[in-house]
Amino acid sequence: MSTALDQLFVNLKHWVVSRFPADWQLPVGMLISAGAIIVVFASLFAITVLAERKGLGRIQNRPGPNRVGPFGLLQPLADFLKMLTKENIIPQAADGLIYFLAPTLVILPTLLSFSVLPMGRNMTAVDVDAGLLFFFAVGASVELAVFMAGWASRNKFALLGAMRAIAQMICYELPLILSTVAVVMVAGSLSLSGIVDHQAGYYGGWLARWHVFTPWGLAGFLLFMTAATAESNRAPFDLPEGESEIIAGHLIEYSGFKYALFFMGEYFGMMAVSGLGITLFLGGWRPPFAGLEWVPTYLWFFGKLGVCIAVFIWVRGTLPRLRADQLMNFAWKFMLPLTLINLLGAAAWHYTADWSFLGATPARWLLGATLLGAPYLALSRRLFGGHGIGPRTYRFAT
Amino acid sequence: MNLPGTGIIKGMVETARNFVGSYHDPERLTTIEYPEERLTQPENARSFPMLIFDDDPVKGLRCVACKICEKECPPQCIYIVQDRDERGKPRKFPRIFDLDISVCMSCQICVEVCPFDSIKMNTEFELSTDDRFGRLLLHRDDLAKSNEYYHQIHATEAAEVDARLADEKAKAEAKAKPAAAKPASPVPTAAKAAAPAQPAAPVKSPAADKPAAKPASPAEPAAA
Repeated sequence: MSTALDQLFVNLKHWVVSRFPADWQLPVGMLISAGAIIVVFASLFAITVLAERKGLGRIQNRPGPNRVGPFGLLQPLADFLKMLTKENIIPQAADGLIYFLAPTLVILPTLLSFSVLPMGRNMTAVDVDAGLLFFFAVGASVELAVFMAGWASRNKFALLGAMRAIAQMICYELPLILSTVAVVMVAGSLSLSGIVDHQAGYYGGWLARWHVFTPWGLAGFLLFMTAATAESNRAPFDLPEGESEIIAGHLIEYSGFKYALFFMGEYFGMMAVSGLGITLFLGGWRPPFAGLEWVPTYLWFFGKLGVCIAVFIWVRGTLPRLRADQLMNFAWKFMLPLTLINLLGAAAWHYTADWSFLGATPARWLLGATLLGAPYLALSRRLFGGHGIGPRTYRFAT
Repeated sequence: MNLPGTGIIKGMVETARNFVGSYHDPERLTTIEYPEERLTQPENARSFPMLIFDDDPVKGLRCVACKICEKECPPQCIYIVQDRDERGKPRKFPRIFDLDISVCMSCQICVEVCPFDSIKMNTEFELSTDDRFGRLLLHRDDLAKSNEYYHQIHATEAAEVDARLADEKAKAEAKAKPAAAKPASPVPTAAKAAAPAQPAAPVKSPAADKPAAKPASPAEPAAA
C-alpha cells in the first residue's frame, strides 16, 4: 500500500507513456516530467509568495495580506492578474532583443536544474551521472541573464545592479561549490541519486545517516545555505536589488509579465538551491528517523523544501542588508577558508570511520568540532572585529 | 565571551517571538483593519472647514458673510456671495458659500480669523469621489453642520466657544439694558454703537440677536 502511494506518480507516468507508440514514448515521458515540474513549482511559487508576505507581516507584527479571498489566500491570483494587466514598457534606448530574452533566460536554467533533483524514490526527471555538475553548470547561466537584463536596460542603476549581481554571484559560487565538494568526496559520486543513496541507513538504528548529522555535514550545510542565499540574491544578500540604493537594480526597467518572470526566476532559484541542499545534506527524499518509511518519499522532499523556504523567509525577516564590502569580505575572508577547512573536516570524519574504541563517536565529533570551530572563531574574530580571540570591545556601543 | 554568530541567533529568536506572538497575542497586532474597524478621531483632528449653525441649517447659520475668511484664505479656496433681500439690501447671510476642498490646505486660518465662531474644522476625511468638479466643491448646505455635531467632534473647543458666546450675549444684553432704559428713541444708535465694537475683539452677537438687529442697522456689518 505504502509503496503504491509512494510510486503513484511514477506508475501513472509509466501508464500514460505506455499508451503511446514506441517511438513516441521518450518525448512524451519527457514532456510529462517537464510539465509536472513546471506545474508543481509554479504552484509552489504562488504558495511561497503568499507565505512570504504573510510570514514577513507576522514577523513585523502585521496581519499581512488578508483582503483577497478567505484569509487572503487568493492574493497570488490577484498578484498574477495585476502583473499580467500591467503595461509592458520597453525603454526607447534599450536593446530590444536582449531586453526581451533576459527574463526568459532567468527562468530556463532554474527549471532545467529541477530536472536533475531526485524529488522522491524513482522521481528524478533526468538522472544524469554528473547531476551536481549539471546543476552548477546550468545555474551559472543565471548570472548571464541578470547581466543581460542590466546591460540591455541601458540604465545606470540597472547596470550597477547587474555589476553587483555578477560580482556577488561569482564570489559566492566558490564557497557554494566548495561546500558541496566535501559531499562529493565522502559520497564518492557526482550523481545526485547516488548521493541520496549514500545517505541511506540509520545511526544506532534510529537516526538517519544524513550528512547534516556529521560535524563536516553540519558546517557544510550552514555554509552551503549561506552561499545559496547569496547565490539566489535573497536578503541579507540582496544588494543587486537594493531598493533603497539602486532601486531594484537590474529589474528597474522591467514591468508587467517580464518583471513577474524575474520574480519567478528568483524564487525558482531559491527552491532549486534548497532542493540541492536537501539532496546533498538532508538525505534527499529519505525520512529522518527509522519507522517513518511509510510516508511517501516525495512528501519528505517537499516537506523539507517547505522548511528550507520558511527559514529563508525567516532570515529575510530578521537580517538587514549587507554593505558591498562586507559582502565581499564575508565571501573571500570567511566563507572560502571555512569551506576549504571543511574539506579537511570531511576527510577527518571519513578516515576515522573505522575507530571502534569506547567513545569513538564523541571523540570523532570532538575532532570535527575542533577542526571547524577553531578556524570559525579565529576567522570571525580577526576578519570582522580586527581583534584576536577574547572578549570583544566596542568603541561606541556598550 | 560571546560567540560570533550569536547575534544572528538572537535576532532570529526575536523575529520568531514576533511571529508566534502575533497569533496568540492580539495586543501585538497594532493594525486597524480600516474599513471595518475605525479609530475614534482625536479631538484635535482636522480635515476641512465646516459652517456651524444653531437650530436651523439655513436660518441658524452663524455666518454673516463678512468675507474675512475669504480674504485671509492663503490658497483662496473660499468663495462667498452675500445675500440680498428683494430690495437689493445686503443681508447678514451668505447666499453662496463655496469651499473647494481640492484647493484647501487645512491650515485653519479661516477658523482663527472668524469673529463669529462660525467656521470650524471638520474631522470627516472620507471625501474621495470620482466626481472631481461636483463633489470636491462643497456648497453652503454641504458645509452646514449643527452645533451638536461640533460638540461631538471637538468637545472641549465647542464648550469653550459656547461659554464665550453665552458670556458675550449676557454682556451685550447688560449693555443694551441701560442704553434702552435711558431714552426711548435712540435705540438704533445703541445697536450701532455695539456693532463696531464687535469685530475689534473676537466677539459677536450670537445668532439669536442677529435677526433682531438686522433690520434696525442694515449697513453696519458690511462696514465692519
